[in-house]
Amino acid sequence: MDLTYSAPEAAFRAEARAWLDANVGPFRDASSNTADGFAKLREWDRLLFDARLSAVSWPEEYGGRGASLWEWLIFEEEYWAAAAPQRNSQNGIFLLAPTLFEFGTNEQRGRILPKMASGEEVWAQGWSEPNAGSDLAGLRSRAERVVEDGRGGWRLFGQKTWCSRGAFCDRLFGLFRSDPTAERHRGLTYLMVDLRAEGVEVRPVQVLDGEEGFAEVFFDGAFVPDQDVIGEPNDGWAVAMATASSERGLTLRSPGRFLATADRLVELWRARGDRSDPAVADSVVRAWMDAQAYQLFTQQAVSVLMAGEDKKMGAEASLNKVWWSELDLSIHEAALGLLGDEAQLDSDWLRGFEFALAGPIYAGTNEIQRNVIAQRLLGLPRG
Amino acid sequence: MNFAFTEDQMAFRDAVRTLLEKECPPEVVRARWEGKPTEVWASLSDMGVVGMTAPEDAGGLGMDELDLVLVLEECGRAALPEPIVEHAAVVIPALREGGGKTAQRWLPMLAAGEAVATAGLGEAPLVPDADRAALLLDDHDGCLHAVEMSACELTPLDSIDRGRPLFAAAWYAEKDTKVEADFELAFDRAALGASAQLLGLADRMISMTVEHSKEREQFGRAIGSFQAVQHRLADALLRLEFARPVVYRAAYAVARPGECAPADRSLRVSMAKAYAGDAATDAARAALQIHGAIGYSWEFDLHLFMKRAWSLAAAYGDGSFHRRRVGDWLQQREDSDA
Ligand SMILES: Cc1cc2nc3c(=O)[nH]c(=O)nc-3n(C[C@H](O)[C@H](O)[C@H](O)COP(=O)(O)OP(=O)(O)OC[C@H]3O[C@@H](n4cnc5c(N)ncnc54)[C@H](O)[C@@H]3O)c2cc1C
Repeated sequence: MDLTYSAPEAAFRAEARAWLDANVGPFRDASSNTADGFAKLREWDRLLFDARLSAVSWPEEYGGRGASLWEWLIFEEEYWAAAAPQRNSQNGIFLLAPTLFEFGTNEQRGRILPKMASGEEVWAQGWSEPNAGSDLAGLRSRAERVVEDGRGGWRLFGQKTWCSRGAFCDRLFGLFRSDPTAERHRGLTYLMVDLRAEGVEVRPVQVLDGEEGFAEVFFDGAFVPDQDVIGEPNDGWAVAMATASSERGLTLRSPGRFLATADRLVELWRARGDRSDPAVADSVVRAWMDAQAYQLFTQQAVSVLMAGEDKKMGAEASLNKVWWSELDLSIHEAALGLLGDEAQLDSDWLRGFEFALAGPIYAGTNEIQRNVIAQRLLGLPRG
Repeated sequence: MNFAFTEDQMAFRDAVRTLLEKECPPEVVRARWEGKPTEVWASLSDMGVVGMTAPEDAGGLGMDELDLVLVLEECGRAALPEPIVEHAAVVIPALREGGGKTAQRWLPMLAAGEAVATAGLGEAPLVPDADRAALLLDDHDGCLHAVEMSACELTPLDSIDRGRPLFAAAWYAEKDTKVEADFELAFDRAALGASAQLLGLADRMISMTVEHSKEREQFGRAIGSFQAVQHRLADALLRLEFARPVVYRAAYAVARPGECAPADRSLRVSMAKAYAGDAATDAARAALQIHGAIGYSWEFDLHLFMKRAWSLAAAYGDGSFHRRRVGDWLQQREDSDA
């Protein structure tokens, strides 16, 4: 065991910190759920990309630095400590990219990754449908195989819903039913779709705070060429499950984010709280400690990943997901407690609280994660 | 000993529920969010609800907190976008007790609902629905003052619940604005009123969620058949049903000052506010979690109730404020025993 950072790692941290300090200012308050904020955040991704900080762990040929997972964690810590904004590109970089590295072709990676990291093409996640939420395999949107003018591809029909930032995104990755005769988890194909193509209609949907954070996407014969299938046709479930474990596990929500929020909670406590109130102290201290524990759990998991051949998190990802989502809520609940009567007013903490409330729902609800933990990690029988 | 409401009290509650179901559906709450006027105040006035605590000779119904608590619960269930707690539970009783010219002049108008009153009694000076009101009851140096809204400078604030918009009010205390009524009692009444509304809100969110759980199917069955969903709703109900008697006990303490010293009254009210706030915020958490993404959307009505619950749970002292008051009371009781 060695819990010290190497000299190059420390140097990388210093570089990231200095760069973020110098550049993040004008972007801090941009919201990716509004048209203006989204446009601004495209510029932000571009700046990060030009500094090779948009996706540090990717190979250099796609605009990354070939950084290790440790360096990626360091970057994330610095990113959130600088109070940098939630990125437009998160679903692309954290969910689609790991899938492309595992299942994509070189042609796909070369064509898609650099534009994803530079903010030129922003990706939406198209999994959920009105009747397929927790039960994703219940999805009904169809992909019909076609060959037109010698060109092979798929025509899409049906509807996706709850696509985060979908109203402003350029492209969507998602699962479609390509073999209606196959058993539920088979006969699904993982496709990438141009949201501006003919036969696609995007309708913005407002979220809790009134911003257009969701979209519904309707398909009426939109064409997707064969080159935009990831993995084998009809094998999309396995590909999608790999994305799911990225979402629950490491990549979507790194510890840096919660460490930074927990530090801001401590600042609020020191500035405004009655430090002699043991109940308030308890809620603040617990939340801060939970963020620390999440960092340690992650460091341990990364050590396993970096030592092993098979760089994947399995059902353990569900432990992660429950922890970070409940941690985020407890940090924000403690902050609202410190605000007392003023919690009746809008504030960054309130907005953060509303967003934290979604954590136990998206990326697989916490009920589903607890089912996974009980059945796959503990080996309990299915209900 | 009989810890139960009378037939009349329950009949009145049922009548208010029926009226609000008809006249205050979620569209009306949304209209208030958009700053549009609503009709529901006039209907509640016709029914005598807004003036129920005013003396009969001022045109009121001469009722007390035990009558009021059930009615306010219904107002919470509907997320009524009106300052009914401030008007009927706080200002009218304070003027009734304070007497004098202000009472003479305002009570008949407030009882008839022709004028709306609100109050700003929290730790932070936040006045709900000041845009609707003609009269403000506020505190200054531990005393209550009634000020005409036209003499106040109002600043709108960014409220999380725009069905209960908050304002900062600046005004001057003068000799003739003073109301000879007890500030602590007015604060307790506001906290009690908020508690009653929180019960109704919790109940509403639980029933919405039960309905959704029966209808929504995943994995080929109603989500309400999953034990994780059942237990979460069962817990929410448990909290609500144990908050209820605590709130009713507090209403009794306020309604019967002869049987309850002021410190004991505040103890009862604090217990009520702490329990009701937790019950409603817990119900909101369970409701959102069980609705899933649809509950997170603006088009769906759940957020109207959730935001009212958050707002009222923080108003007039949040849970930790009130638990501290209970703690102080317990400490003092030990002292006097020793
Ligand atoms: C902020 C936010 C962003 C999102 N972004 C996206 C996106 O970009 N792309 C996308 O495709 N989707 C997105 N989603 C949708 C998300 O994936 C779904 O909300 C989630 O999968 C749950 O589905 P549902 O909402 O239909 O709830 P349901 O599946 O209807 O679940 C309702 C309730 O039943 C419970 N339940 C269901 N099955 C079981 C079971 N077997 N055992 C116990 N309990 C169960 C659930 O836990 C939940 O509490 C987003 C959601 C939110 C809130």
